[in-house]
Amino acid sequence: MFESVLVANRGEIARRVIRTVQRMGLRAVAVYSEADADLPFVREADDAIPLGPANPAQSYLDAGTVLRAARESGAQAIHPGYGFFSENAAFARSVIDAGLVWIGPSPEAIERMGDKINARNLMEESGVPVAAGTRVPVTDLAQAVAAVTEIGYPVMVKTAGGGGGIGMGVAYDEAGLAKAFEQASRAAARFGGGPAILLEHYIERARHVEVQILGLADGTVVALGERDCSVQRRHQKVVEESPSPGITAELRERMLAAAVRAGEAVGYLGAGTVECLVDADKQEFVFLEMNTRLQVEHPVTELVTGVDLVEQQIRIAAGERTAPPTATSGHAIEFRVYAEDPRRFLPGPGKIGVWEEPSGEGVRVDSGYTAGNTVTPFYDPLMAKLCVFGATRAEALERARRAVAGFTVEGPKNNLPFCAELLENPEFVGGDYDTGLVSRMRA
Amino acid sequence: MAEVHAEMVANVWKVLVAEGDAVEDGDTLVILESMKMEIPVIAEDDGVIAKLLVAEGDVIQEGHLIAVIE
Repeated sequence: MFESVLVANRGEIARRVIRTVQRMGLRAVAVYSEADADLPFVREADDAIPLGPANPAQSYLDAGTVLRAARESGAQAIHPGYGFFSENAAFARSVIDAGLVWIGPSPEAIERMGDKINARNLMEESGVPVAAGTRVPVTDLAQAVAAVTEIGYPVMVKTAGGGGGIGMGVAYDEAGLAKAFEQASRAAARFGGGPAILLEHYIERARHVEVQILGLADGTVVALGERDCSVQRRHQKVVEESPSPGITAELRERMLAAAVRAGEAVGYLGAGTVECLVDADKQEFVFLEMNTRLQVEHPVTELVTGVDLVEQQIRIAAGERTAPPTATSGHAIEFRVYAEDPRRFLPGPGKIGVWEEPSGEGVRVDSGYTAGNTVTPFYDPLMAKLCVFGATRAEALERARRAVAGFTVEGPKNNLPFCAELLENPEFVGGDYDTGLVSRMRA
Repeated sequence: MAEVHAEMVANVWKVLVAEGDAVEDGDTLVILESMKMEIPVIAEDDGVIAKLLVAEGDVIQEGHLIAVIE
């Protein structure tokens, strides 16, 4: 086992990874931009190296500077968290070339899953169900129109290299297709991908359900239950829970088996997530994409399995033969506490005057900030993740209501009032909701 | 005369108009970026850009005056 880990990330996830690194008796090295110097993760690390200006391109996404920080601090391994370099095969390769341990899957696995069209074709070959859609990149509107004659409306239009919901759109007819295609092409150009667009048949009443997998050092792949991430705004997740209240035991079993096959198909090592869309009415699923990193919402899996996923990542990267328990029990829900207004969900950064986290039985808070910190406009709006656990979903919901009421944030705008509203929404409370829930709440 | 203010703390990502340009109600003047989200700033009146008070790369605070349309 290596003795020190540099965490190439910020905010709540840097803090959460540092906590496990230190609990394992290893030295945790933080890196930070000028905008983040006062955040808890910088203070709590054993060593902290400044990277540069707030702009991510000059700090968290500057590969040379991050690698230099690793050298200067004597770190022997790099944990990328999520976002930033976590799914960047070239960076993973340069970490390995620098003689350091990359805490993540191989650069080859990242590459094969990073291109959504490639990933989709690979999954189809491995016997994982995929939605009817394009097998080669679509580069102009005429091709898109031709493709839809086979796929059928409605279609989801997205960039082959994109993520986080950016550039995604649904089309119900040719006029809508032209608009969605334009939007996706612009997003692809802006975020550096080529003009490669992917079309897939769109499921009207879909749930977003994903399976957590771990590729172990002995080559086997195991599944650690699923997470339902159907509460979304702008195609981005707000609330996640495990188990999913919207799938049968039989469907769960099929999904977990398919996710294991997906991981085996790429020789997957470490923590990964196989994202699927479930047709809530037909109880059928299709592969959406695979995320080759730790997910934001990993705590719900930790709460129902008792497994520390970051510890597993570290042990697997060190070559240890681990065998984590995969059985789940109870029910966990995570609420993303965003710095945004609770009506329109527009960003609302600002200085934090009051920050009081709830605590108590079955409550876990992973936060990146505390009173006196400033939430800046440079990074994503996630301030904290409020997680609850209960023996049943009803108990988890009740604990969530108390915990949301007990969480006080003053300064930045925040979506805690939305979380409270959701916890009284009959669709959400009943469990029979889909990805259109938040839009319906704001219609 | 209409003043256009920022609704939130943001970075100025793109400036699409210059002083002296004629604009119409609904035109995008500036695109702000905050917390990985693009926020277009829209003209709410027809007129001419009399003053433009931001440049690409600026960090502006909530309420910051972006432009004056006459």
